[in-house]
Amino acid sequence: MTRNFANWPIVLVLLIISTPIIIMYAFLVIDTVTTSPPGSAIPNGFTLSHWRFLIDPTATGDVWRPTLTTILFTASIVVIVLGISSTAGYALSRLNMPFRRYFLAVVLVMHAFPLVTLIIGVFLVLQFVGLYNTLTGVVLVKAGLMLPFGIWIMKGFYDTVPWEIEMAGVQDGASRFTVWRKLILPQVKPGLFALALFAAIDAWGEYMLPRILAPSADFEVLSIYLNTVSDPDSTTYNFNLFKSVGLFYTLPILALYAIFRDRLMNIFGGGTKG
Amino acid sequence: MQIVLKDFTKTFDGNTVIDRMNLTVRDGEMLALLGPSGCGKSTTLFAICGIHRVNGGQILFGERDVSNMPSQQRNVGVVFQNYALYPHMSVFDNIAFPLKVRNDSKADIARDVRTIAELTHIAELLGRRPGQLSGGQQQRVALARALVRKPDVLLLDEPLANLDAKLRLEMRSEIRRIQLETGITAILVTHDQVEAMSMCDRIAIMKGGQILQIDAPKDMYHNPRTSFVAGFLGNPPISFLDGRTMDGRFLDEGTGVTLPLPAGVTVANGTGLTVGIRPEHFGHAGDVPVRGKVVFAETQGRENLYDVALPNGALLRSVQPARDDVRPGDEVSWQLNSAAALFFTEDGRRL
Ligand SMILES: Nc1ncnc2c1ncn2[C@@H]1O[C@H](COP(=O)(O)OP(=O)(O)OP(=O)(O)O)[C@@H](O)[C@H]1O
Ligand SMILES: [Mg+2]
Repeated sequence: MTRNFANWPIVLVLLIISTPIIIMYAFLVIDTVTTSPPGSAIPNGFTLSHWRFLIDPTATGDVWRPTLTTILFTASIVVIVLGISSTAGYALSRLNMPFRRYFLAVVLVMHAFPLVTLIIGVFLVLQFVGLYNTLTGVVLVKAGLMLPFGIWIMKGFYDTVPWEIEMAGVQDGASRFTVWRKLILPQVKPGLFALALFAAIDAWGEYMLPRILAPSADFEVLSIYLNTVSDPDSTTYNFNLFKSVGLFYTLPILALYAIFRDRLMNIFGGGTKG
Repeated sequence: MQIVLKDFTKTFDGNTVIDRMNLTVRDGEMLALLGPSGCGKSTTLFAICGIHRVNGGQILFGERDVSNMPSQQRNVGVVFQNYALYPHMSVFDNIAFPLKVRNDSKADIARDVRTIAELTHIAELLGRRPGQLSGGQQQRVALARALVRKPDVLLLDEPLANLDAKLRLEMRSEIRRIQLETGITAILVTHDQVEAMSMCDRIAIMKGGQILQIDAPKDMYHNPRTSFVAGFLGNPPISFLDGRTMDGRFLDEGTGVTLPLPAGVTVANGTGLTVGIRPEHFGHAGDVPVRGKVVFAETQGRENLYDVALPNGALLRSVQPARDDVRPGDEVSWQLNSAAALFFTEDGRRL
């Protein structure tokens, strides 16, 4: 990039504006490894005791089971959303099926409904098919709610792949499926990555659905777990402990961002440039 | 392999674009489909390779009726206007793709890709991605990929349209060389007459979904069957004068130009006719002097082009060896070679 102006003033302004947020995040991290005297925010000692919940189930209850559940929850949702969006998006983008326009409109409208307006219907359906209070039920509902968005995103990515590439593949003797798998899918990879990331972050942070659709189930995702920890009436309540669990809960998302930042940046740089 | 279209008909949403077209492409020949935009050239090509379904008639490859065969089984190589290379694969993988789909062995693939890469002069580019190639190189890769599994037919849809003038010249002869070396039957779609004339054995001129004439470039140029064909071929284009017959001669009353009709033609007195004069037949040796005023002059280095306005406003074009004694505005009296004049009836048919 060529620079024709100094960028330190911009950095400075941004820094000043974000100071409150930076301080907040800093304290989120600092508080988890320090002790501070009552009534003061300034730490006066280093300790790892707030992290003892990782090995000591008596602190807040076992943290690993909810973690595994959340990973399973998130992974299933990502797989379902990617699988259906990548195929449905392709169909909507390329195949000349009947009611295509109508279907697209419906998908868009569905995306516009907020969760709360659907929740009673969803509840009844789950009740009816016997998936109420199960992890499967929550996964299906969450994935289903993400699908309109996912399908639209993927349709948009497929639309940018030239039609001739597909025809060239067919002329080269490949079946439609091979063409999709070997020629088209690699070109929408940036879209798949972005969608996977969005879906993962969204699913990881989901709180409402497990709460409402599986209130008395025997599984617990991290968001619910965190909620239990933060209950001030509980005997194990400890604000710094709560922050540690919170940080633990946030770390995977931060890691995802850190690892895939380049991929995410790539999305708008045109994935087909080879 | 010989390709035959029999009463080929194509309809888009009830709108007939091509109505009962008949066309035979001879084995090993390179045929140009030439015509104005929207006349159905691409449609014909895509029907031959199976992208479009035919709505009527038959397409035969040799003896084989392929009308209802899917593209994958037709064994046709296609080069698209934008090349349609697979951007995420190396040049090698691009060319190897048709062979991989066929489950050829690794050794066979490597050998075939190398052979075709040498034929198309891209052997040193095999490791690159399409994005790292120039337009001409991409064009060669597209050709190599279309040819690598030895198709029965090679189809080219405006293959040179995206290249700059110099590359176009180079690729013109390259494509022709490769076609001759492989002996493949090829169809070239273009709306550039120079391309069609210089690269192909025969030209089929299309208009509105119909083939008007199909001939070798030279015959097509000297013997157009209609005024549309005469006007389509030739650059600078032919000029037309309107007139009528008078005592066995052609007379343009507005300009007084009289020309003898071709031998053996008898037309009733007073029949309306159009005469076409190619620019190389006006301004050189000839037998009919024509007076007019030069309204436009352009030099192209070796040759000059002139537009001469006749007294009634009709234009005659002339192309001559470069000279600087004639300027726009000058009155000239140049000779017209009546033996080379082409006569057409009012509905455009050649006499
Ligand atoms: N998929 C389609 N749906 C509807 N009409 C079409 C379709 N493809 C082509 N046509 C119509 O068929 C006619 C012929 O189109 P075609 O693409 O064959 O023209 P062309 O001769 O290749 O022109 P160009 O030189 O501009 O490429 C045009 O009038 C076009 O509008
Ligand atoms: Mg076309």
